[in-house]
Amino acid sequence: MIPLDHVIGLSAVLFSIGLIGVATRRNVIVMLMSIELMLNAVNLAFVGFNRMWPGSDSAPALSGQMFVLMVITVAAAEVAVGLGIVISMFRNRDSVDVDEVSLLKW
Amino acid sequence: METPLLLFYLFAALAVGSALGMVLNLRNTVAGAMNLVLTMVSLGGIYLLLEAYLVAALQIMVYGGAIVVLFLFVVMLLNLRQDDFAPARAWLVRVGSALLAVAALVGLLSATRGLPEAPPVPAGFGGYAQVGEVLYTDYVLLVEVVSLLLLAAIVGALILAKRKID
Amino acid sequence: MPIEVLLKSAFILLVIIGAFAPVITWVERKQSAVMQDRIGANRADVSGITVLGLLHPLADVIKLLTKEDVVPTGANRILHTIAPVIAAVPAIIAYAIIPYGSTYQFGDHALQLVPADPDWGLLYIFAIGSIATYGTVIAGWASNNNWSLLGSLRASAQMISYEVTLGLSVVGCFMVFQTLKLTDMATAQDSTFRLLGFLDVLFGIPVPAWLDWLRLPAWGLFLQPLGFLIFLTCIMAENKRPPFDIPEGESEIIAGYFLEYSGMRFGLFFMAEFIEVVVIAGLLTSIFLGGWAIPFLDQATLTAFFAQGAGPFAGFGDGLANALCMLLHFLCFVVKVVAMIWLQMLIRWTLPRFRYDQVMDLCWKIMLPLSIANIFVTGLVMLVIHG
Repeated sequence: MIPLDHVIGLSAVLFSIGLIGVATRRNVIVMLMSIELMLNAVNLAFVGFNRMWPGSDSAPALSGQMFVLMVITVAAAEVAVGLGIVISMFRNRDSVDVDEVSLLKW
Repeated sequence: METPLLLFYLFAALAVGSALGMVLNLRNTVAGAMNLVLTMVSLGGIYLLLEAYLVAALQIMVYGGAIVVLFLFVVMLLNLRQDDFAPARAWLVRVGSALLAVAALVGLLSATRGLPEAPPVPAGFGGYAQVGEVLYTDYVLLVEVVSLLLLAAIVGALILAKRKID
Repeated sequence: MPIEVLLKSAFILLVIIGAFAPVITWVERKQSAVMQDRIGANRADVSGITVLGLLHPLADVIKLLTKEDVVPTGANRILHTIAPVIAAVPAIIAYAIIPYGSTYQFGDHALQLVPADPDWGLLYIFAIGSIATYGTVIAGWASNNNWSLLGSLRASAQMISYEVTLGLSVVGCFMVFQTLKLTDMATAQDSTFRLLGFLDVLFGIPVPAWLDWLRLPAWGLFLQPLGFLIFLTCIMAENKRPPFDIPEGESEIIAGYFLEYSGMRFGLFFMAEFIEVVVIAGLLTSIFLGGWAIPFLDQATLTAFFAQGAGPFAGFGDGLANALCMLLHFLCFVVKVVAMIWLQMLIRWTLPRFRYDQVMDLCWKIMLPLSIANIFVTGLVMLVIHG
């Protein structure tokens, strides 16, 4: 009852917003949050496609939801490590502006 | 308009609104994080409408209840109060990324246009019993590999956040 | 039917939250007074008639409503305002899936005394419990105050640590009752099991038939005692009740993340904590104490007794029998909830506050390994019984 192109359209909109967030913002924490938004948009697409082809009573197809579970787990791991990097970056430069760590030489 | 479609539009509007609020919010990182929580929760609602029940519960529990709390932790730990209005990036970057976003939107929308109605779901679809069964029989290798990944992430985060490695 | 859901939700809001939550403030004062051998607050009166101090909750509400709402300078106004709401709303909506009665047949209409019964019932509690952490986190941040920030950092670390163990501690119950729905769990606890049955199924020692009368109700408390203890500890820590109230450390950081809240905003935080006490009691009864089930009297026997039994209940028909059964079940539920509230108050007024590192040690070094061991042992026992 929910047309698939609506779901995919929403996923595309969220992905683009996340993309704009990563490309335009300088605060590294907001960049990480925008990356999370993009991952969420992809999850939505997975779930939408899975709903469109759910398999039959004897052979249900749940690959989309498996993917979503894995993406959620990987996102959690990535956020943990990413925020650890942010903390050590803040300790060294006292700023979370990503342009200040753009020089290769210290 | 039937109720599920109406609810979908409501959740979609909420998700897009709070996503925009998070990305365009130049004042406060914490407010951005709260907007992200709202996005996660509305996406969880949409998953419920798409009959992926376990995934919806996990989305709210893990994403909304743990990952964004981690973000808030770091913001509070580093005591990032004022985002000083750093000069935004060059207008070329902003326009370019907006154009790229519009191109992605148009491309995806044209690809999925005109599909038939979704078929009815099998019994127990998306419930914890079926998802658990499939996860631990067909995809058990994935589970094991992901657990190793999580272990690596824990160790990595610990080492990165320690003050000095002595 | 939406009307039915609306009525059930209204019932919960008015009776269970509206009646219980203010009374609990009175219970807290009186129970602590009895435990500490004093009289407690009993001076609130209406033209000279004190009713054992039962008017104190009303006095509290009037006081909080008429106080000035202060927002500290430099604080984020919006976040400061919505933080108490984020803390209170999950506590209230958690009551949507707790069953206060079973399913009763009235003609061709099956009345189920629970507003919502999704297939993934208990996961709903965990999901909104994780949203409730934001109230605490935002409150401390939005107050522009170092001590509030410290309190909310500690609170959020404590809450998300105990959420993990909370989830793991009920996995044993999922395995035993084979369901996530609280209604099905309560129905599964409506029966009894032989006390010495474990000798028979685990070790193969035959139990003599004359000992079959020695039965226990199939409650989660008897089937999963360790799970009950871990769940009780973790959910009290989740609610930041003493002895886990480091975040509100009343004598150390002067009310922690509550600090800059006054008037009805503080009242909302305060009420949220007490509503959560009732929610915890409801969860404990539904999962571990059999919910609405009367021990040793399952629903079929009770309905049959009322429908065709002897004495004044003879010949009343199925509708009235079901209604009487419903009433008895609801009363049983209320008695158990009251008992669990009493238990939480007892623990609160007995134990001194834990130090923060003790709280974290307890979660990660004791509760987590114990809950995993519980899952392991439960799985082993179920494998032996069923295979």
